[in-house]
Amino acid sequence: MPRIRFRLNGTPTEIDADPDSTLLDLLRGRLGLTGAHFGCGAGECGACRVLVGDHAVTSCDTPLWSIADKEITTLEGLGSAERAHPLQRAFIAEQAMQCGYCVSGILMSAAALLKQNPKPTETEVRSALDRNLCRCGSQNRIVRAVLRAANEAAST
Amino acid sequence: MSSAAPTLPFSLAANPRLSSWIRFSSDGQVTVSPGKVEIGQGIVTALAQIAADELDVDIGRVRMVRATTAASPNEGVTSGSLSIQHSGRALRAACAEIRQIFLAAASDRLGVDTGALAVDDGTISGPGNVQTSYWELADDVSLDRDATPGVQPKPIAQRALAGHSAQRLDIPDKVFGQPRFIHDTALPGLLHGRVLRPENARAKLVRLNDEAARAVPGFVAIMRDGSFAGVVCETEAATEAALNALRKGATFADGETLPDENDLAAFLKSQPVESTVIDSRAATSPGKKASTLRRQYVRPYIAHASIAPSCAMAQWSGQDRVHVWTHSQGVYLLRNDLALVLKLPIENITVEHLEGAGCYGHNPADDVALDAVLLAKVACGKPVRVQWSRADEMTHGPFGAAMAIEIEADLDARGDIVEWRHSIWSNGHAARPGRGTKPTLLAGYELENPFPIAISGNPPQSNGGGGDRNAVPLYDFPAWKIESHRLLTMPVRTSALRTLGAQGNVFAIECFLDEIAAGLGEDAVAFRLRHLKDERAKDVVRAAAKRAGWKPAPKPGTGYGFGYSRYKNSGAYCAAVAEIEGDEEIRVRKLTLAVDVGEAINPDGVINQIEGGAIQATSWVLKERVRFDRARITSNSWTEYPILRFSEVPQVEVEVIQRSEIDPVGAGEAAHGPVTAAIANAVFDCLGVRVRTLPITRDSLIAAMGQT
Repeated sequence: MPRIRFRLNGTPTEIDADPDSTLLDLLRGRLGLTGAHFGCGAGECGACRVLVGDHAVTSCDTPLWSIADKEITTLEGLGSAERAHPLQRAFIAEQAMQCGYCVSGILMSAAALLKQNPKPTETEVRSALDRNLCRCGSQNRIVRAVLRAANEAAST
Repeated sequence: MSSAAPTLPFSLAANPRLSSWIRFSSDGQVTVSPGKVEIGQGIVTALAQIAADELDVDIGRVRMVRATTAASPNEGVTSGSLSIQHSGRALRAACAEIRQIFLAAASDRLGVDTGALAVDDGTISGPGNVQTSYWELADDVSLDRDATPGVQPKPIAQRALAGHSAQRLDIPDKVFGQPRFIHDTALPGLLHGRVLRPENARAKLVRLNDEAARAVPGFVAIMRDGSFAGVVCETEAATEAALNALRKGATFADGETLPDENDLAAFLKSQPVESTVIDSRAATSPGKKASTLRRQYVRPYIAHASIAPSCAMAQWSGQDRVHVWTHSQGVYLLRNDLALVLKLPIENITVEHLEGAGCYGHNPADDVALDAVLLAKVACGKPVRVQWSRADEMTHGPFGAAMAIEIEADLDARGDIVEWRHSIWSNGHAARPGRGTKPTLLAGYELENPFPIAISGNPPQSNGGGGDRNAVPLYDFPAWKIESHRLLTMPVRTSALRTLGAQGNVFAIECFLDEIAAGLGEDAVAFRLRHLKDERAKDVVRAAAKRAGWKPAPKPGTGYGFGYSRYKNSGAYCAAVAEIEGDEEIRVRKLTLAVDVGEAINPDGVINQIEGGAIQATSWVLKERVRFDRARITSNSWTEYPILRFSEVPQVEVEVIQRSEIDPVGAGEAAHGPVTAAIANAVFDCLGVRVRTLPITRDSLIAAMGQT
């Protein structure tokens, strides 16, 4: 099997794997990183989104060959309880979920948005999250949390 | 005068042993063990608040234990918006008594009257700086005793946590990507399984060539029993590959003929039914009928469509003991059905809860648990994790039942209601596991010696009813007859989905009332207030109307609608105002709701549940309908079964009427009915079209245009 090199949450990583297998399989399987969630396997719900460079992609339909030499950030790499990302702090402050299964992917879409547009409007936030599904109806809290994180980042 | 003897709360009466609910450990923690489970509704936090409050300990010391048949109180199923009523009241009573027991023990040890003792974060102190604590006393105080009826909990004014919005205990793990869901839980030696299910509804597996599947690297075993077939491999990727190979080698035959999805009412009204008069009332002085208004309302089958596919793990010890990890709503009930299928005593089966994604009723969580148990049989004692595909999740699980509802009202010469008749045709809304003599788990229907397919039933009115839930009017109409026709055939599998029949019935009642009020030339809110006698009902109606500025001045392209109900006629009161924009399609701009759940233990949790319910209901109303042709369910993906997206979600405002003195009820299902009706009524206000068939889409708008 060919060797694929990439950076994962800041760490140089090399792995022998089938280049056509998916990034989500690798993360959740061999690497044991369960922050990205399986939802549909077809790139439709967004629960599995991770950052490839500055873009949030659905890892369930991202083949490994496409991430060679790229920087991958998963939810675990976004921040931790000790060093929380502003989005993580804001999601706690706004209690921005019900079940939270979709939130793993939504946080990554929001992180990509804030990298590209640090002061988004509410409409821009909704549009950036439109390819992430939430079934519990927490969308408005989530939007508030993203705007809060943007404000916090702007004021520090 | 004598008053009735005090009784224990429902769940505590069923599980009176105090130690089954609460334990103190010497490291300064309180372990709280409810029988209800977290399904994304925040219940665990609310229960922790109640326990911490009553015991006077910091909520940070409370450790909440997940339900398991090995140790937890048996509280049946986490459903029906009853968790606060059942678990909350039981915990409050148990903790109140436990606090008294410890105060008595402290009084003995410290030589101080209990009345002179105070509890602060678990430390019990008295005059002269004497003190001890729950944890110091824990070894000497036995809680292996039954609860006593009649122990008074704290006065409301002394509650420090209940009534306040504590932060949810589960949220930090979920934002930092820490394993919390069953999907993310690792067990040593874990294998992966997948089940092969037919595309066509209830087709039989007649031939299976499994050679290619066996050749997949990482293959472990195949399980086949009649039409049930599945594969176990070392990794998830290998299991998917083996399942694909298995599918290529499979031949299915027969199957169920499905109804015409475009004429559900005709189907529902043509089937054999069991008919029940749910309620009737005769007028004391019958009014004079001048005309009769008759309308039919239809709600489609609705999918649970949780964001996560259902998942379970199972591990056998020897041939006759199995441990199951599940996100089922009822660990004890699931165990009952597993025992029936496996023909094992229930003691041989342990069922333990782990969190799944948002659960809105009887979804495939229980089905996949049996799948895992069956596949683990061929795993030589290793644990097996089974996860359904998105397509199976959307097609093989139970759906919320389609409903046809006819309402007739006799009106007097002025247009006021003289008599009201409400009839429902629907499959039953409940086929949960663990309640009958036959299991209701999917794989049980597929085995070589299959169990008969359980035709869904309805809970009795005393438990809130099923298809008839909320069919009895909350208004003071002089006479009525409410009838339910439950189908005795079930080509499309149905069971409990959030609100059971209440969403359909409230939609029908509240839209019909809108027409009658319009016929009288009376304002929708004024009409409702005139027919409501319950002051709490009137309060939520007035609160929602006031907050929404009812009724805003007409604006072209915009419409406003109202809806009200009291969930189950005995639970939470909720009123909703919808503001929509309509042309060829409908966009819901804003929902304003008022809710009364009695004592709101965690007001932000109540708002979250109401807001979530309102948004989910908006999705049901504008988008959702299970699709099928005559052979198979075709809505098997998010493309085929779209739900509301971020840019389509309305603004939602919720006002909670806090009533600390009234026992709390749940909030999770209160909003669906009122919001559904409010949107439909707003569509009429905007476009002059009465849409009586859900969902309200461009197609149903066009179909409704030409009708009265």
